[in-house]
Amino acid sequence: MVWVNAIIQGVLLGGLYALFAAGLSLMFGVMRFVNIAHGDFIVVAAYLALTVMVSLGISPWVAVPVVVAVMAATGYLGQRLLLNRVLGKDILPPILVTFGLSIILQNALLETFSADSVRLPAGALETASLTLGDGIAIGILPLAMFATAIGVIAGLQLIFYRTPLGRMLRATSDDAEIVPLMGGNNAHIFAIATGLASAVVGVAGIWLAMRTNFDPAAGPVRLLFAFEAVIIGGLGNIWATLAGGIILGVAQTVGAQIDAGFQILAGHLVFLLILIVKPTGLMPRMTG
Amino acid sequence: MKTLLETRGLTAFYGDFQALFGVGLRVDEGETIAIIGANGAGKSTFLKTLVGIRPNRGQDITFDGQPIGGWPAQRIHKAGLAVVPEGRRLFRSLSVEENLLIGASGGRKGPWTLKAVYDLFPDLVEKRRNPGTALSGGQQQMVAIGRALMSNPRLLLCDEISLGLAPKVVRAIYEAVPLIRGRGTSILVVEQDVSQALAVASRVYCMMEGRVTLTGRPRDLSREEIAQAYFGMEAA
Amino acid sequence: MASLTTDLPRRPAPGRFLPAAVIAAAVVLLAAAPWWAGRADLRLLMEALSYLALAQMWNLLAGYTGLVSVGQQAFVGLGGYLFFALAIFSGLPLLVAMPAAALATGLVAIPAGWIAFRLQGAYFAIGTWVIAEVFRLSAAQFPALGGGSGISLPVAVARSLSESREGREMAMYFLALGLGLSATFGVWALLRARWGMALTAIRDSGTAAESIGISTRRVKFLIYVGTAAMTGLTGAFLFLQKLRITPDAAFSVNDWTAFVIFIVVIGGIGTIEGPVIGTILFFALRQVAADWGSWYLMLLGAIAIAVMLVDKRGIWGALKARTGWALFPVERRLR
Repeated sequence: MVWVNAIIQGVLLGGLYALFAAGLSLMFGVMRFVNIAHGDFIVVAAYLALTVMVSLGISPWVAVPVVVAVMAATGYLGQRLLLNRVLGKDILPPILVTFGLSIILQNALLETFSADSVRLPAGALETASLTLGDGIAIGILPLAMFATAIGVIAGLQLIFYRTPLGRMLRATSDDAEIVPLMGGNNAHIFAIATGLASAVVGVAGIWLAMRTNFDPAAGPVRLLFAFEAVIIGGLGNIWATLAGGIILGVAQTVGAQIDAGFQILAGHLVFLLILIVKPTGLMPRMTG
Repeated sequence: MKTLLETRGLTAFYGDFQALFGVGLRVDEGETIAIIGANGAGKSTFLKTLVGIRPNRGQDITFDGQPIGGWPAQRIHKAGLAVVPEGRRLFRSLSVEENLLIGASGGRKGPWTLKAVYDLFPDLVEKRRNPGTALSGGQQQMVAIGRALMSNPRLLLCDEISLGLAPKVVRAIYEAVPLIRGRGTSILVVEQDVSQALAVASRVYCMMEGRVTLTGRPRDLSREEIAQAYFGMEAA
Repeated sequence: MASLTTDLPRRPAPGRFLPAAVIAAAVVLLAAAPWWAGRADLRLLMEALSYLALAQMWNLLAGYTGLVSVGQQAFVGLGGYLFFALAIFSGLPLLVAMPAAALATGLVAIPAGWIAFRLQGAYFAIGTWVIAEVFRLSAAQFPALGGGSGISLPVAVARSLSESREGREMAMYFLALGLGLSATFGVWALLRARWGMALTAIRDSGTAAESIGISTRRVKFLIYVGTAAMTGLTGAFLFLQKLRITPDAAFSVNDWTAFVIFIVVIGGIGTIEGPVIGTILFFALRQVAADWGSWYLMLLGAIAIAVMLVDKRGIWGALKARTGWALFPVERRLR
């Protein structure tokens, strides 16, 4: 039964990793931009949630939209004012700028919040669970986290395939150079993509804050998990990213079941194995 | 006749290499203009400079009474200058209809709607849900033209729309030109196919090595003059 | 093609001696350091020379082949750990164990690179980071090497360099000098060699290099493995100096990759002089700002971003473009 439990926990954890990955995947999809500070953005959102809910004591019903909106606005402005200036054929400037941002964010968080690890208390929800007989219990919190991931991905899917904005984002992904010839403003579209990705980062940060202890240096590992979920799933397909997150989550919880110190390593090893066997990911985008 | 587009002394550079040496061109409202010239004559560079995807700051370009030199491409587009880019460049993850709808993003009002485009190119109706890139070359070109028309342009620029298509298909596409002009849209085509250009245009400009070498109405130009302006040598 | 009529710039002949004189003076000054520098300065120089070696290697990799790795700490740590393992368990003399560790690091880089090369661009960067994390987490799984809390080098091993403390410090300094100089001159020699011209071609245009028959993938792979070995050698030296190794210190992304990247980028990527300038600036800034703690790190990050926004060629790259200076000329000029 411990194994079944581990797998169920892994699947639910995969939802969190899909939330980590969705923003990374979205930004890469629209503008071929990889944000090395992605994990640090998630941690910033986690601290923001902690500050708003615990320090300011604002109710979650108000705090969650506030965190998401602040992240989205910051993402939009950051892209417009900074990141747009380093987009281009040369891959070095975006890597360097976001790597620099990563260092800045980690140290700014350290100055503001100290190195102690913290957590966002979720009250009675933390221990509530559904019992499915035979000693299998599913926590309400992980379940809600997984449902959030499904909801976010379905929402993104809806935006991408059912709205004029999504149409423009897909067009930009295909061929950004000629989008201005259709009346689209690349700088604005890129910023919208980052704003959308940052809103998802906001949601991911809130769940990170509730699920685990985190500290200012917690970002890079989250970047790696997000990246692994994206690559395992296959670029360019957002449901595949969920599958990638689940595979990574299961690998980690099963690994932890074998040996507690083996959790993260097991996830990395499964990622490398999939990269060796199927470099394009398990479910690459089908294109003609 | 009112002047719609006019350029004076237009230049363009790729690094140290100068591609255009002072190109002057005028399109009056209701005209169909053709620019002809061999590969590398600077025709496409000229179009790209007009629409703003190549730098055009400080250039003397007047469109619809406004100086558009230095405007970002999307603003030029919204002013009513649409282009069918060389090689069609349909968005491959968008359906035919979505490709057309993207063209209308600028929000200009006018006669061109989805229905009007489908009336112009009835072949596209049954393909509307297909990915744009799953069509034949001719149909793809129709989508690209439709996409540009959806912005209700004052002036439609067509860059090498006959390139890589069978002559029969080219004729079918060029049949649309009078219909487009009939709806009040002026047209500027860039062509390597000289006879097609001469057949459709009210005036032609011939370019060679970044300069306009000949201009006039097709019926006033002799084959020899055109060959001279096109190849830069005495016609054989 | 009318624009190709401009005259090729001709450099005056006296300019050819000055760079050689500057380099020779710097080498002599560094070689004489044990006789003019105090103990603290010597330690600082040692560290700077190690960083110069790391920076030259990262620059060779990213600046010339375009492989932007943020996982070079994998090879610093691996070199360090393999050196400790060899020195402690095999009883190899120290000066044999170090190159052996470097060689073994290079061998490990072959499968690691084989995996990482399946990713491109920025994803390659993050992939190298995952590999470094795998090494770090694996190192913690070896009880014989102290697991997560690390292991110390037995005093006898360090003593084998020299019985006296002064002698050891002198020997260590010359090891560091050897690393820094051989990395710098090694890259220079490589770029001046016929084979190295392929690298410059790749830097300037990958597709053009392919079209003249250079297998860019193979050249890039060889450089990846070669820089890994040299990075491993530097790692072995760094932890010989520290006498203690832990997974977190050995595979630190900040210490062995972030700082190195900042050095190269600020100094000027894709030039040999860039890492030299960057190292000098980095250590000068650290002397001034070390007490600022995390503000110092934020400042470094901000400088790197500023370089990318203002002139991504870095200090030397920008200078070179304006003046044509070259301390280490690699271009063959038409004359």
